[in-house]
Amino acid sequence: MAEYLIKNGFVFDPVQGIKGDKTDVAIKDGKIVATTALSSPKVIDAAGKTVMAGGVDVHAHVAGPKVNAGRNFRPEDKLFGYKAQTGIERMQGGFSVPTTIRTGYNYARMGYTTVMEAAMPPLYARHTHEEMRDTPILDQGAYPVFGNNWFVLEYLKNHEIENAAAYIAWLLRATKGYAVKVVNPGGTEAWAWGLNCDNVHDPVPYFDITPAQIIKGLIEANEYLGLPHSMHMHANNLGNPGNYTTTLDSFKLSEGIKPNSKFGRDQVMHHTHVQFHSYGGDSWANVESKAKDIMAYVNSHDNITIDMGQVTLDETTTMTADGPFEHHLTELNHLKWANTDVELETGSGVVPYVYSPSIKVCAIQWAIGLELALLANDPMRVFMTTDHPNAGPFIRYPRIMKWLMSTEAREQQFDAFKHKDKVIDATNLAGIDRELDLYEIAQMTRAGPAKALGLAHMYGGLAPGLEADVAIYDFNPNEPYAPDDIETAFGSAEHLFKTGVQVVRDHEIASNGNKRTLWVNAKVNENPQVMRDVKEKFLRYYTVTLNNYEVTGHYLPNPYVIEVDATQ
Amino acid sequence: MTKTVTDVICPFCGTLCDDLEVVVSDDGKELLEVYNACAIGAEKFLHSQAKDRITRPRMRQEDGSWKEISYDEAVDYTAKMLADAKKPLMYGWSSTNCEAQSVGSEIGEAVGAVMDNTATVCHGTSLIAVQDIGIPSCTLGEVKNRADRILFWGCNPAHAHPRHMSRYSIFPRGFFTGKGHTGRKVIVIDPRPTDTASLADVHLQVEQGRDYELLSAFRIAFRGEQLPDVVAGIPKEQIYEAAETLKSGRFVIIFFGMGVTQSLGKNHNIDIAIAVTRDLNEYTKAAIMPMRGHYNVTGSGQVWGWLYGFPYAVDLSRGFARYNPGETTSNDLLRRDEVDAVFVLGSDPGAHFPFSSVKKIYDRPAVAIDPHETPTTEVCNVHVPVAFVGVETGGCAYRMDNVPIETRKVVEPPEGMMTDEEFLKHVLARIKEIKGE
Repeated sequence: MAEYLIKNGFVFDPVQGIKGDKTDVAIKDGKIVATTALSSPKVIDAAGKTVMAGGVDVHAHVAGPKVNAGRNFRPEDKLFGYKAQTGIERMQGGFSVPTTIRTGYNYARMGYTTVMEAAMPPLYARHTHEEMRDTPILDQGAYPVFGNNWFVLEYLKNHEIENAAAYIAWLLRATKGYAVKVVNPGGTEAWAWGLNCDNVHDPVPYFDITPAQIIKGLIEANEYLGLPHSMHMHANNLGNPGNYTTTLDSFKLSEGIKPNSKFGRDQVMHHTHVQFHSYGGDSWANVESKAKDIMAYVNSHDNITIDMGQVTLDETTTMTADGPFEHHLTELNHLKWANTDVELETGSGVVPYVYSPSIKVCAIQWAIGLELALLANDPMRVFMTTDHPNAGPFIRYPRIMKWLMSTEAREQQFDAFKHKDKVIDATNLAGIDRELDLYEIAQMTRAGPAKALGLAHMYGGLAPGLEADVAIYDFNPNEPYAPDDIETAFGSAEHLFKTGVQVVRDHEIASNGNKRTLWVNAKVNENPQVMRDVKEKFLRYYTVTLNNYEVTGHYLPNPYVIEVDATQ
Repeated sequence: MTKTVTDVICPFCGTLCDDLEVVVSDDGKELLEVYNACAIGAEKFLHSQAKDRITRPRMRQEDGSWKEISYDEAVDYTAKMLADAKKPLMYGWSSTNCEAQSVGSEIGEAVGAVMDNTATVCHGTSLIAVQDIGIPSCTLGEVKNRADRILFWGCNPAHAHPRHMSRYSIFPRGFFTGKGHTGRKVIVIDPRPTDTASLADVHLQVEQGRDYELLSAFRIAFRGEQLPDVVAGIPKEQIYEAAETLKSGRFVIIFFGMGVTQSLGKNHNIDIAIAVTRDLNEYTKAAIMPMRGHYNVTGSGQVWGWLYGFPYAVDLSRGFARYNPGETTSNDLLRRDEVDAVFVLGSDPGAHFPFSSVKKIYDRPAVAIDPHETPTTEVCNVHVPVAFVGVETGGCAYRMDNVPIETRKVVEPPEGMMTDEEFLKHVLARIKEIKGE
């Protein structure tokens, strides 16, 4: 493989603590190496430019059945958004729910190289893998959902952690999944009867278990296995005024639990898209930001990480395994509603949504997301996301950087709101003058998520030995710039390397890369009871046979397996 | 000695049964018996063993007779036909695996084809309705485990999806449905007294073409508003009663078929059927599902969904994907003479398209890829027989509820026969050569 030497760039690398110093980065055999290890490298002059590791997205809905439902039922999302086939680029289309090809290219254009699919219904794992396979360049993994799974509900009702862990290990292997995702624990099972679980103590119909038991039990099972990532949480009561108390109640379930993982993470719960979970008030008339309360908790508890779920003020497509929420949303906005309940496992819904700057609530949501990041004491634990495409499409990450790095940009946005004064009253953002620097941005978009995923040994930094995922942006942090310069520069990486292959050259896609699919193979002691339960449920309640369930072979043409030994 | 292969997936209809057992000879070359399948499914497996099966490509001669050609020649003819055409139609894609659909799509991009599948004459109207109003649905296991109200509208699974009722809908005993069919109320709405209707608790014999009115009447009845004495041939008392039956269920499922998708009203029928389902979710839990026909028509909609964002009628001829049913749908293109070559794989438009469209296929260069001799192969210039997907090769297929299942190879295809995917890969490579890439 070709060797590269990226010379004289301003490097931002939290892993090595480099804060914009002029440093050379060397690439050989797909890895970062010491500059002395190169023999005849191709030299890339990065003088006056910003150099960072490839971006890592901890939570995005980019592949799988509900994403495709969003594509297929929104032809309007493709209007004016297509891109014709040119050179090595295949046809691309879609704005909020781009085609897989565009997803890969658009992430690469922003300098991102690793993206985690946030919710994989196990029965639809093949579909999710087919889409990831057809998403070029990116390394990807997918989180199967566990929070409404009948096995999990039955085991955790009796606090059978070992059995729950054995089942998790089995399902991760069967679906080639990466982590334990929990979405509206118990609530989506309740939704199969048209009901919901509104708080952590609201029992699940029939199964007689509370969301609190599910959450705590899954954290414990996750730590029993010592998986690379922590339990990945979408709490109950998403999107409702006053829901911050449910969020705090959910956070508290992690108290006293310490991480047990050799993969270097410090958290036992990652709570995703916290913006949607930080609302005060008791109606849409008096909804207000509770980001201060939420961040006070997060800042003082280092076994939690979160991501933002930043509203970008676009027309977008919401999609989640939180089936009851999507029904609630379609009742609110009266737009089309797709729903799929999945036998024994989960459910999901999809509804288009317009986050209008002329609507007070949307503007409040926008402010709350930014507050979360700006109130963070430790940017290594608070990550930039839009919960793509729920709060907005991922292509807006550079715009979020602009808002986070510039009070001027935030003021411009405030001035564009129809209900500016009401929004300022209901939020804290106008009183926050913090401006993040690129080092903090690199923590929130690279080193932080990589560490939380248990992938700090591969991604997130530029230390020798890490994967050669390197982005070079045409941005000089030491020269004066306008806020929009940030968005322009970070929206179009000048060069990008993925595992040592140059995939973006002079702002253009130069290669389809060598995409890998990450999954976790957790070995556990033989557990005859769980295997008997699996056989029984497939025989009696599933509509596919056990032998036709496991995803293998051509669905993962280039797998990267992370082995975990939980036998004891 | 023989071998029994279990957990075999049936590549016939959208029910995609995956519990078949197939007995094959010890050398894996001969398929002897099929268990658990319906009559149609079993026939599909057994038909692969026909002694008079065509195993090599054929080209039609001037005098109308067939001449055997090699796969290479067939690849070359197909590639040249597609590369030379200004706007070829690549139709079918419903009786093959997703891998072939994927390669076919790459070909479509390379030559600027219009990609269309059998939904165009089947559930395409349902797909349009979903784009209008969405679709609350579920997997078939949810029906099996929870549903206590089953409504079949304009479909006849007793004949079209023979194992649907026993595996998923009427008879199975699931987790919350331990009483099987005795715990369920079945309503059939169909102008014909079908065999499915004979199994129902209630058969509402709607007047032909009046489905929209009856669905609308259900919405009125749910709200307790006044109905005329008779709607669509059904007395109002029966409508109120059926509405009440649905509302009082714990879990309602509506299955619908071609009786509503392709009769008067088309997508509007489905629009309002989905609206009925949305209404029911105000009172209880309800879902609705199209009874998809071919075993992987759903899959082709998924593949094109993630590649282009549209489930059928995808026009790639301008270098990017466009979708405009009525304009980019196969019959409209054929009958307006807008396509200048036709490629058919995994479908039989010769048997199912209007005669005026079939004549157009006959009038231009056309290639059919199909394991069988069909009415379509009869109007094409080249017929390329291939291995049966799900019998002689595996690959992914999507059930009517969008659940993907990997089909199984149970026997070897006849010596030297290509699969859909292999043939398409050769065509793609040849097209790239022709285009100088």
